[in-house]
Amino acid sequence: MSEARAVAAIVGPGNIGTDLLAKLRRSERIDVRYMVGIDPDSDGLTRAEAQGVRASSGGVDWLLAQDELPDLVFEATSAKAHLASAPRYAEAGIQAIDLTPAAVGPFTCPVVNLPEQLDATNLNMITCGGQATIPIVHAVSSVTPVPYAEIVASVSSRSAGPGTRANIDEFTETTAHGLEQVGGAAKGKAIIIINPMDPPMIMRDTVFCAIDPDADRDAISESIHRTVRTVQTYVPGYTLKADPQFDDPRPDWNGRARVAVFLEVAGNGDYLPTYAGNLDIMTAAAAQVGELLAGRVIENRAVRA
Amino acid sequence: MSERVRLVDTTLRDGSHAMAHQFTERQVRDTVRALDDAGISLIEVTHGDGLGGSTFNYGFSRVDERELIAAAVDEATRATIAVLLLPGLGTVTDLKAAADLGAGAVRIATHCTEADVSIQHFTAARDLGLETVGFLMLAHMSEPEALAKQARIMVDAGCECVYVVDSAGALILEDASDRVAALVAEVGDQAQVGYHGHQNLSFGVANSVLAYRAGARQIDGSLAALGAGAGNSPTEVLAASFERLGIETGVDKDVLMNAAETVVKPYITRLPVMDRSSIVQGFAGVYSSFLLHAERAAQRYGVPAHEILYRVGERRFVGGQEDMIIDIALQLAEENA
Repeated sequence: MSEARAVAAIVGPGNIGTDLLAKLRRSERIDVRYMVGIDPDSDGLTRAEAQGVRASSGGVDWLLAQDELPDLVFEATSAKAHLASAPRYAEAGIQAIDLTPAAVGPFTCPVVNLPEQLDATNLNMITCGGQATIPIVHAVSSVTPVPYAEIVASVSSRSAGPGTRANIDEFTETTAHGLEQVGGAAKGKAIIIINPMDPPMIMRDTVFCAIDPDADRDAISESIHRTVRTVQTYVPGYTLKADPQFDDPRPDWNGRARVAVFLEVAGNGDYLPTYAGNLDIMTAAAAQVGELLAGRVIENRAVRA
Repeated sequence: MSERVRLVDTTLRDGSHAMAHQFTERQVRDTVRALDDAGISLIEVTHGDGLGGSTFNYGFSRVDERELIAAAVDEATRATIAVLLLPGLGTVTDLKAAADLGAGAVRIATHCTEADVSIQHFTAARDLGLETVGFLMLAHMSEPEALAKQARIMVDAGCECVYVVDSAGALILEDASDRVAALVAEVGDQAQVGYHGHQNLSFGVANSVLAYRAGARQIDGSLAALGAGAGNSPTEVLAASFERLGIETGVDKDVLMNAAETVVKPYITRLPVMDRSSIVQGFAGVYSSFLLHAERAAQRYGVPAHEILYRVGERRFVGGQEDMIIDIALQLAEENA
């Protein structure tokens, strides 16, 4: 059985790493062999060990000293840590799936551009807001040109971690670039709102795209619905709150019409709470990327054998 | 003689909401000149939602805010021009551009429980040599002690004056002064404390006087109350009231009254008033700038604006979640169908 699976490591045993482990353990193609941290007292390492995963606080040094190196490494640490480790993974021939904002490798959104990136040595998962909204912008831009796309991501206060809070500009800027480079908008703009209400609000995302007044609205709507169904295959809690809303051109919109899409992203509740759809969509997307990369690893092994 | 209070004018920032962000360069120049003449020392000029606010979600500016900031800087002879920045919307890059244009102060605003997202921006502002002010928005949603802890985060990050911001116009008398007093007790002489009021329940000026008595030394106003919801505390009324109380402001109330009458009122397209929707905002604790967006959604989906606003209050949406207004209008339209 294990020969038929790709060997993986998770680096970063925090909430994200732990949730990712829960998702990857359901995979038939991925064998999570290692969980790596730097803090011997990490709960995440203890939890992983209890599930039969080899866990160590020896960091990347320990991981790279193992007899059997992983095929894939999922990085759930920080941008700084990943920048240091990325060249070492590449040198060791390990494909990296980067959940940090380091952006060493190309931006990857499973439903949009994953197939083109199966051979990249490093794939970056953009941001939570990006994973939630880029598919929709792409759904629109594949029907009609999108000169401007804007997204508003609302997340619960409890799901906004210290990394996000310390560098919130990184979220807005990286997401905006993702809307352009992956979503296909000529210009992107991203906004994040942190809401402290209790019980915590489930992640909400609103996508606004400027479109031509004569664009085919039925085709756009159909493309959006189709994309939502595809994202649901790996994020079941990804739903439209209403049909796409079309507004006629207004003078302050430079003569453009607008489509507005209202999304809710409920998490799967694996380790993270369901309201934290923003975190879940990152781990779910990373797991989805891992699934396809593992398929390629297994295929290549069969060719060599 | 009582300690001096500084009146800060936000006609050209909070007023941007009431003007649907359609300020022209001429209006900005005329207003800045009048405020400068009156002796106002800090004038805020930005899109209503702060730097980078020109968007689908908040409304596009008629004139790029950077042109308006540059015009304001050019027009002011004594006053410092301030800009507003909401982390999550505006960025350090936007702030640097504003500083390059000559803005001398930044007011960094977060929801009243989320001050830690501003640390990055306060650090950058200090590096740029800007005067720094912190805004704890929708302050009615936090109790005084909790609010004071958030003020501490901003002051530790380099904020020189931290504000109790009654974004919903929901604070009534002691609600305002208790919060100001808690902040003063927390920050001591490490920073000043300010108060920003709205007129939704008509307490803007009264709360400002109580805020002063509780230790606030910077008070916001707008000429002719031009601001979100039912508007802000009118700057000219603040000036007259503090003068009657024997509290020095350093500004000329008559010049301000003249500015409100002859400069601002002629260009106002929709005079802020305490109408049903804005009273509901004060009562239900809704971010004042949601008003025009609720009216627009009401028209688009055929549901009453005040019902939308009541629902926004129940759902406890915070500043910036204007997109949820459309979401609620759609729900109400479906429920009424």
